[in-house]
Amino acid sequence: MSLDTDNRTTSHSIAAPATRDTEARARLKTVLRLTGFRILGAAGVLWAVATLAFFAMRLVPGDPVDALLGGPGNNATEEVRQATRELNGLDRPLLVQYGSYLGKLVTGDLGDSYQLREPVAQVLGEQLGNTLVLAVLALATAWVLALALALWSARGGKVATLVGNLLEVVSAAVPHFWLGSLLILVFSVSLQWLPATSGAPGIEGLILPVLTLAIPLAGFLGQVMRESMLTAMNSPFAISSRARGESEASLSLRHALRHAALPGIGLSGWAMGSLISGAVVVETVFARPGIGRTLLQSVLVRDVPVVLGVVVLVAAIYIIVTLLSDLAERWADPRLRAA
Amino acid sequence: MSTPTHLTKTITDPEEAMTHSIQTPVLDRSPERRGPAEPRPRTRASLVSQAKELFTGLGPGIIVPLVLMLGLVAAAAIPAALAPSGPLDMNPAEAFTAPGTAHWFGTDESGRDVFSRVIHGARSSLLIGVLATVIGLGTAVVLGALAGLGTRAVDFGVSRFLEVLFAFPGLLLALLVITILGPGVVTTTIAVGLSAAPGYARMIRSQVLSVRRSGYVEASIVQGKSRAFIVRHHILPNVAAPLFVLATLGVGQAIVWASSLSFLGLGATPPDPEWGSMLSLGRLYIGNAWWLTFFPGLFIVLSAATTTLLGHGIQRKLKDK
Repeated sequence: MSLDTDNRTTSHSIAAPATRDTEARARLKTVLRLTGFRILGAAGVLWAVATLAFFAMRLVPGDPVDALLGGPGNNATEEVRQATRELNGLDRPLLVQYGSYLGKLVTGDLGDSYQLREPVAQVLGEQLGNTLVLAVLALATAWVLALALALWSARGGKVATLVGNLLEVVSAAVPHFWLGSLLILVFSVSLQWLPATSGAPGIEGLILPVLTLAIPLAGFLGQVMRESMLTAMNSPFAISSRARGESEASLSLRHALRHAALPGIGLSGWAMGSLISGAVVVETVFARPGIGRTLLQSVLVRDVPVVLGVVVLVAAIYIIVTLLSDLAERWADPRLRAA
Repeated sequence: MSTPTHLTKTITDPEEAMTHSIQTPVLDRSPERRGPAEPRPRTRASLVSQAKELFTGLGPGIIVPLVLMLGLVAAAAIPAALAPSGPLDMNPAEAFTAPGTAHWFGTDESGRDVFSRVIHGARSSLLIGVLATVIGLGTAVVLGALAGLGTRAVDFGVSRFLEVLFAFPGLLLALLVITILGPGVVTTTIAVGLSAAPGYARMIRSQVLSVRRSGYVEASIVQGKSRAFIVRHHILPNVAAPLFVLATLGVGQAIVWASSLSFLGLGATPPDPEWGSMLSLGRLYIGNAWWLTFFPGLFIVLSAATTTLLGHGIQRKLKDK
């Protein structure tokens, strides 16, 4: 499917094969170089995130030794404290600790949890799958809902405008914990169709949490997609298509839909981040295991290695998805490639 | 007859997308669609008619949220006058009364009137929302102005810093701040404010940059006007209006976030009538007392929707001018 504003395709097919070859190679080179730069940039941001989080966690009040020995109320002797300090490398200079933290991070070692006495990587490894399933399903659901909404409401008219305005409100004002609770009230308490908790494996337990995460996101994506679609429907190529006698339905399905999807692709990184952050609340509402709940529990007891681990992990996911969505956007939108 | 800027507009970040989508004029409200203006009566009631004109001139997009907002502010200012009983008045004999004429929103497990508690909760929610927005915008103005007005190197540094902060999405930055500062109402406010700051800073930066590159600033530079003059006379007035809109929108968002943190048990502590923590407690009885979950949440939505609608209404108004 060629994008309507891209009329270079015709000139390419006329050009001699040799020119086409060099041109294609040059283009590939540019793409590879750009991709390389983006990957380097992403790695840099990830390093900065890990660094910032590490030093921010040094600001947590209290001696980490107390946390290691089971809370501030412990009555360990000074010798035990000193031994614990040495065992965990807390007696070394801060920069040395930072260096060893970075070194371990590269190999995937996130240290040990104060509370659970387990490697953080292991704790998070067990929980990450649950959260990712939730977030990816919610993202897909939000996409479908938003595209449907955009297609329907871009036709214009009073009702569509009203729905568009309503979307603004839903996406900005409805907190996940209320929406989730309402869904539980309706579908678990009143109708008793679906379980109120999501601990057990199985698809039934996933429906309500996924909807809770997806609906506000769909409201936001729907707004952006609708906007982009309206712009496309009023642009010169759409006018010329109409002049050729193309029907509105075909125009919106064949051409404008692609324009509507573009910002959705570009926003996927941000959406993924906000979904994982929303998972903290949704996993609590539906008593579902996952890194969101792990994070919350660690924040409450100030289990610094776990908080640090979750933060770095989520940032890494965010950065990777943003990188992928940037590249996907470039792939889906030839106009971005021209630069 | 191509319109390149129009066509290459691709939204890459949510903040931009938000402002972009907001700024679209709503066709139904354009002045030419409105009915013919009523002839102005020349009687003494001209003051009344003037007020009326101002009222209709604002349009329902502003009036409705404004009225709701006044109600919320009233609840926050004089809760005792509006609520039938105190927020902590217990009456165990009436525990779990369903909503009715005696108790509009029902009663909770200790027989406390939910309507009274919700009304009393308005003050803390609004206060947290406003203060968090002030903290967030304050930080953002400093960062955004530094990036927008500073040298290329400063801009680069601040922009990279913001990029790093964006990698802590949503509540994550707030949770990080709470890990350091500990839970509580004050720390929640600070955490919500700080986690909203990067988004604001980026918007302020781009706003400052676009004003800075505009023709009238260039003209002032050519005229030899001082830097301070340009900032005061051109940049500030042009950044202030969008900033005001941002602040209005931000209060709603901050209320939602702060109540989420309270819901998670990191903000207000239970006996206090805070909407998020009320809902969190009410959920324990979700099987037999739906009103404990429904009404506190409804007020969160109501107050956040009010500020959102108000912000968008003002934005459209500014756009029309």
